[in-house]
This record gives sequence, C-alpha cells and structure tokens, in this order.
Amino acid sequence: METKDKELLRGGQFLVKETKCEDVFTPEDFSEEQKMMKEAVMEFNEREIIAHKARFEAKDFAFTEEVMRKAGELGFLGVAVPEAYGGLDMGFVSTLLVCDYISSGTGSFSTAFGAHTGIGTMPITLYGTEEQKQKYVPKLATGEWFGAYCLTEPGAGSDANSGKTTATLSEDGKSYKINGQKMWISNAGFCRLMIVFARIENDKNITGFIVEYDKDNPNGITLGEEEHKLGIRASSTRQVFFNDTVVPVENMLAGRGEGFKIAMNALNVGRIKLAGACLDSQRRILTTAVQYANERKQFNTPIADFGAIKYKLAEMAASAYAGESATYRAAKNIEDRIALRVAAGNSHQEAELKGVEEYAIECSILKVAVSEDVQNCADEGIQIFGGMGFSEETPMEAAWRDARIARIYEGTNEINRMLSVGMLVKKAMKGHVDLLGPATKVQEELMGIPSFETPDYSELFSEEKEMIAKLKKVFLMVAGAAVQKFGPDLEEHQQLLIAASDILIEIYMAESAILRTEKNAKRFGEDAQAVQIAMAKLYLYNAVSIVEKNGKESIISFAEGDEQRMLLMGLKRFVKYTNYPDIVDLRIAIAEKVKAENKYCF
Amino acid sequence: MKILVCISHVPDTTSKINFTEGDTKFDTTGVQFVINPNDEFGLTRAMWFKEKQGASVDVVNVGGPETEPTLRKALAIGADAAIRVNTAATDGFAVAQQLAKVVQDGGYDLVIAGRESIDYNGGMVPGMLAGLIKANFVTNCISLEVEGTNVKAVREIDGGKETVSTSLPLVIGGQKGLVEESDLRIPNMRGIMMARQKPLKVVEPVDANTETASVKFEKPAPKGAIKLIDPDNVEELVNLLHNEAKVI
Repeated sequence: METKDKELLRGGQFLVKETKCEDVFTPEDFSEEQKMMKEAVMEFNEREIIAHKARFEAKDFAFTEEVMRKAGELGFLGVAVPEAYGGLDMGFVSTLLVCDYISSGTGSFSTAFGAHTGIGTMPITLYGTEEQKQKYVPKLATGEWFGAYCLTEPGAGSDANSGKTTATLSEDGKSYKINGQKMWISNAGFCRLMIVFARIENDKNITGFIVEYDKDNPNGITLGEEEHKLGIRASSTRQVFFNDTVVPVENMLAGRGEGFKIAMNALNVGRIKLAGACLDSQRRILTTAVQYANERKQFNTPIADFGAIKYKLAEMAASAYAGESATYRAAKNIEDRIALRVAAGNSHQEAELKGVEEYAIECSILKVAVSEDVQNCADEGIQIFGGMGFSEETPMEAAWRDARIARIYEGTNEINRMLSVGMLVKKAMKGHVDLLGPATKVQEELMGIPSFETPDYSELFSEEKEMIAKLKKVFLMVAGAAVQKFGPDLEEHQQLLIAASDILIEIYMAESAILRTEKNAKRFGEDAQAVQIAMAKLYLYNAVSIVEKNGKESIISFAEGDEQRMLLMGLKRFVKYTNYPDIVDLRIAIAEKVKAENKYCF
Repeated sequence: MKILVCISHVPDTTSKINFTEGDTKFDTTGVQFVINPNDEFGLTRAMWFKEKQGASVDVVNVGGPETEPTLRKALAIGADAAIRVNTAATDGFAVAQQLAKVVQDGGYDLVIAGRESIDYNGGMVPGMLAGLIKANFVTNCISLEVEGTNVKAVREIDGGKETVSTSLPLVIGGQKGLVEESDLRIPNMRGIMMARQKPLKVVEPVDANTETASVKFEKPAPKGAIKLIDPDNVEELVNLLHNEAKVI
C-alpha cells in the first residue's frame, strides 16, 4: 500500500495525534529478504566478532580493521549507499537492521562500523557533489577505504560550532590549508578519508572538507597515540593534528559555512543508528544473563527462580522490547518519508536528508532511551552474575564498559534531551506541529469538572491507550505552561527542559510498545502475545511513574500558589489508572517466558 | 558440468523438539529452520566447482512453500536456480523418486546430497536416488575432485579414510570434510538482493510410492533425579546400584 503524505505523521506529531496500530512498522513486519539479511549479519557477528572477543578486549586495533574489511566484502558497509555509488540502496529499515544485529558482539566493532558507515560516509552521500560522490563513495561502500569524522576538538565538544581549526584559502585560490587539532576521532588509526570541519576566516559557522589521508604521504596530518578507554577498547580513537594540510577547493563539502548544518544532520542519522546498535546488545545481555541464572544454583535453586532475579529479567526484557518497537517504528517513518519525497520529485540525496531531519526529535529520543536502557541492562546483567559479573572472564563487564560510551557520543544524552524538546518547540512555532491547540484544550480541561463515568476497558489496551493520551496531556500542560512563563528564555532552564524531555521520551517508547503489541495481537491473537502484552503494560507503568516525577518537579519549579495547585491536581488526574495492573504478576509472567526459552525470545 | 545440490529444510540444531497430534507430528511452533548442515557442506563445495571449473549449480528441495526461505538462502549463497517439488517430504523412497524426476529432466551430471538430514536422519535418499537414475554413488564423502568425467572421492570409514575413483554421473552423500566449517559462506548483501531475481521454480510431484509412514515419535526419557551418597557409605551405593538402578 502506498503511503500518502497526509497519512504519514510528521516528526513530533506523535505527541498530538493518535497513531493507529496498523500504521506502525514492527520487527514482525520484516520481509523474507530482511530476515535473511538479519540471519546473515547474525552469523557474521557470531563467527567473525564474538568468536574473537578476546582480541577486541586486548586492544587489537588491526583486528578491528580486518573484520571491517570482511564486513565490506559481504556488503554490510554499503547497505545504505545508493546503487549508483557502489552500494545496495536497501532502505532505511534494512540499514537499521544491519546496524542492529552487527553491533552486539563488541562495542569496539560497532563503533568502527557506525563511525564509518554513518558519519564517515553519510556526509558525502548527503552533501557531496556528483564528482565527490563518484570519487569517494564507492571506495567507502566496499570497505576499500575507511572514513573518520573530525568534528570534536579539545575545546569544542558539545559546543561543536566553536572549533578553532582553520581553513585558509591559498593565493591561487585552488586549495585550502587546514590547521588545527581534533580529538576523540574514531577510526583515525586506519582511515583513508576524513570529514574535517574547519573555520574559514571569521565565519560564524564552520565548513566541512573531504580530506584524504595517506600514511605514506601524510600531507601535514599526524595522529596522536591510541587513547586508553574504559570501553570500546579496540575501536581506534586518536587525536588528529593538521599542519598546513592542503585540500583542493573542490573537496569542500556543501558550501562555505555549511559545516555546522552537515555536522548536525549527519548526527541525526547517527543517533537513530546508535539506538539500533544498542538493541542487539540488550538482547544478548539478557540472553546471557538468563542462561547464567538458569544454570547458577544457590540454596539448591536456580537463581532464575528467585523473585529478585525475575524482577530484573522482566524489566530487562520489557525495556529491550520497547526499544525495538520504537526504533523500527521511527525507521519506517523515515523510510516512508524519503519515499514520499522521491515520489514528489526530490533527488535521492535531498529526500534522504529531509526525510531524516523530519524525525530528528524521534532520533534524539531513541538515542537517549536506548543508550540508557542498554546501560541499565548491562548493569543488571552484572548483578545477576554476581561476583562473576565483575570478572573479565564473563562477558558482562565488557558489555557494561562498552555501553557507557553510547550515552556520550553522537551528542551527549543531556544535549539530546534538550534538543528533543527544543526542536519540538521550534516545530510548533513554525506551525509544523500544532502544540498550542491541544495545549489550550488541556488547560480548558483543567478548569472543567472531570468525568466520573467509568469507561469500558474490556478491549485490549483500551485503558493503556487512554493512559498514553493522558501522559501526552501532562507534556502539553507542563511544556505549555513553561513556554508561557519563560518564552524564548526557556532554553536557559535546562533542568526543566530535561524533565520535559523525560516525559516526551517515555510517551514515545511506551506508545510504541503498545502499538506494536496491539498490531501483533490483532494478527496473531492475544494468547500468542500474552507476554508481549505484559511487557507493554509493564513498560507503561514505569513510564507513568517517570512522567509523574518529572511533571511534579517541573510544576513546582515554575508555578506557585493556585496555579501550582491546579497543575498538580491535573497531573494527579493524568497519571491515575482506573484499574492498576498487578506489576508483580506481569513481571513473573515475563520472566517465566524468558526463563523457559533461555533467551530473549520476542 | 551441471550440478544439482539437494537441500533439506531442517530445524536449527538448538531447537527444542516437541511433538503434537498424539506424538505423530513434529511441532514446528517457534522453530527456526536452516539448510541441513550436511547439504551446506555440499553446497559450499558446489560453489567451488562453479567458481573454479565453471559448473552450473541448481538446488532442489522436496517440500511445501514454507521451505522456500531455505532455498532462497541457497540462492543468496550463489546457486543459479532453485526447484521446489511441491509435496511434503515424508518417506525417503518417495523423496528419492521425486528427485529422480528432477535429475532426469534437468540432465545433471553430479548430484550432491547430504549423507543424511539432521531431522529424521533417514540417510536413504542419496543411495536410492542413485539407484533410480542409475548413477554411481559414494556416501560419507569427505573430499571430491572432478576432472572431465573422472571423479576422485574420499570416504570416511570407521577409523580411517578410503579413496575411491569413479565417474559421472554420480550421486554423493556428503558431509563435513567436503569443506570445513570455516569455509561455509555467509550470504553477502548483494547475493541476498539477487536471490529475489533468481528463478525458483515450483514443480508438481510425480506419483510416487510411499513405503513407510511414521506411527509415533518418542523423546528420550528425561534424566532422573540425582542421589548424592556420602563417600563413607559405600554399602548404600552398592545397594542402590544393584536394587534400584539395576546396573550391577
């Protein structure tokens, strides 16, 4: 079925429009081809990565490069690249699927893979001229060359546009000389091409350049030593120094001063792909944990039979399930949006750029949510392993160390939290998402008398969907009041923005889990989806508490007196279930299933 | 050289085995299916003949539509075309008769089958197929070289190896050794995309005699509880082994 423009939600609109379960894509919708890709990638992960885990942990950087080459031979590096430039042009869902299943063996490889296929290649496919694309992309798509992305500097991290690296035009106007220092550059040790951001004269914004790097003819480029890191130990991370590095003018990416835009847009794609990259890690952590818990006996009982462990298994499963649900939902939205734009006459390049940009809010939400879920999962994984989990002999400690970086790179989670709300407010001001109308309605509702009727909740998820609608009201109420109070100064109130973003994130994740499950229950029957239903309910229950906590803090921080009382009353009303789910029972049901299957099985 | 590789669609080795309908049917719920490992060694060897000696490689399966993903995987690995004989694979002789028809219609010189499938472990099809099409037959084959129509094959025998010479047309029952596990191929992305465009022909079955029918399946008895006996209490141990376990 063709997707029509008006049917497809715009980025951020999930907050104010109801999504029907039939309209979300779920992992159960993978095509036969996608399933085959998934199996191929999983086999690669087992054979080439997991079987050699110790080499990655021993900082064998050359091995990372070797496995990257093998990934190139199998076509994994060119999945997202258009066919005209040597890639496979497989669509955004397939791109994400490969990224998901290739990333769980070790964070070292997943970082190398992500940095190369994402920020190392995408800036050229998205912003390059035809000549630049012809010249460089085929080499990157096949793994003949590897790419690195040089944005961060010692003094310019989250404030990326403040970099001090300079690009100076030569007298003959044919080249630029680049001078400066970049740091935390992934793949620096084995890259052949760098996307470098530098400032021309006193420009407000930085400019992007494609810089070739040949070890035998370094052109003023020197590399620092490998950094010694907490995790992702065999991912090459070095400083890169540019000393009069000559770059031909035709290697400028997009226009002068366009670098910051490139940097930000490349990161949008990077963010959702990072979420994808954390998903299979979560599944693997849970599988490893439950296998251990089924084997390990204390007090003559497998520890998986203890309620304390069941609690953990259930929470880990529910968060992995919600992460999958939300990530693939957004991935398909992006794919459909790109297709719509291509159909409307956009070039592939422009369609992809705008398609992803449209869902930048969701990309930030996913990056934050899934990177934190994988960290929590790894942490509980260690706890289930007990003392053994703390040992390098078991896989949990590496999983925990590797997960930690996901909260930092591709924009810290703090930056992404503030961005998600900031972008939403901007979209509302531009009229792309109508927040004002719904926010006004919520205010009217607050003044009115609440209904005392008891609705009919017999249909699956009817109460849960009503809860989601109410959580959306919490966001509109809190964010609406905060915008009224602070106007453009809102961005100065970071704690408030972060609280609002936590509400936003929980709404998107919980809604995605519910919609996926509802869709599957309609297709496969409620009995077949009993555990998935339990996971969706558990996730939502947790989401409600997070929303309540953040809503309360926000309201108290900016409202006083009657207004505060009214908003808190509203909040109470919006986070109240009519029938509370028995969360302990739900957790037991989820844990029993995971235990019986001895793996993450959804 | 025209090669046909017979591909069985079997449960992954880690699957949980259960039966339904009064223990007469294998329960496929939640089971992941794969290419039979013995067949995959054969397919990988066939790809070598394709790449080094210009052979063509077709794959065949006798089974319902649910087996097509397994055939598509074989295409993604590099087979040229696939044939599915549209009938359930129940009895070894019936399957051999279906395959015989495919071999005769396709004029294949070499048929590579696994020595047995890892689901029902019949191990009968390659031999019966060779008999039906009057081809030579080597089973438990761990190495295979073809020069013109001359074949040198190595068989695994109890405690050693046997090298045999024979000629095409030939059916082999292959196994690990034809290639090693590390030689098995992961389908590449382009292969997966191209698999969609390669022919997968569905042919209707010929009338075939079914000589056997499953009556029921049984799983091995579950392991009993373990009794721990104090090392000082040897008498009790002997007593239990004699009277309860009845092993001494």
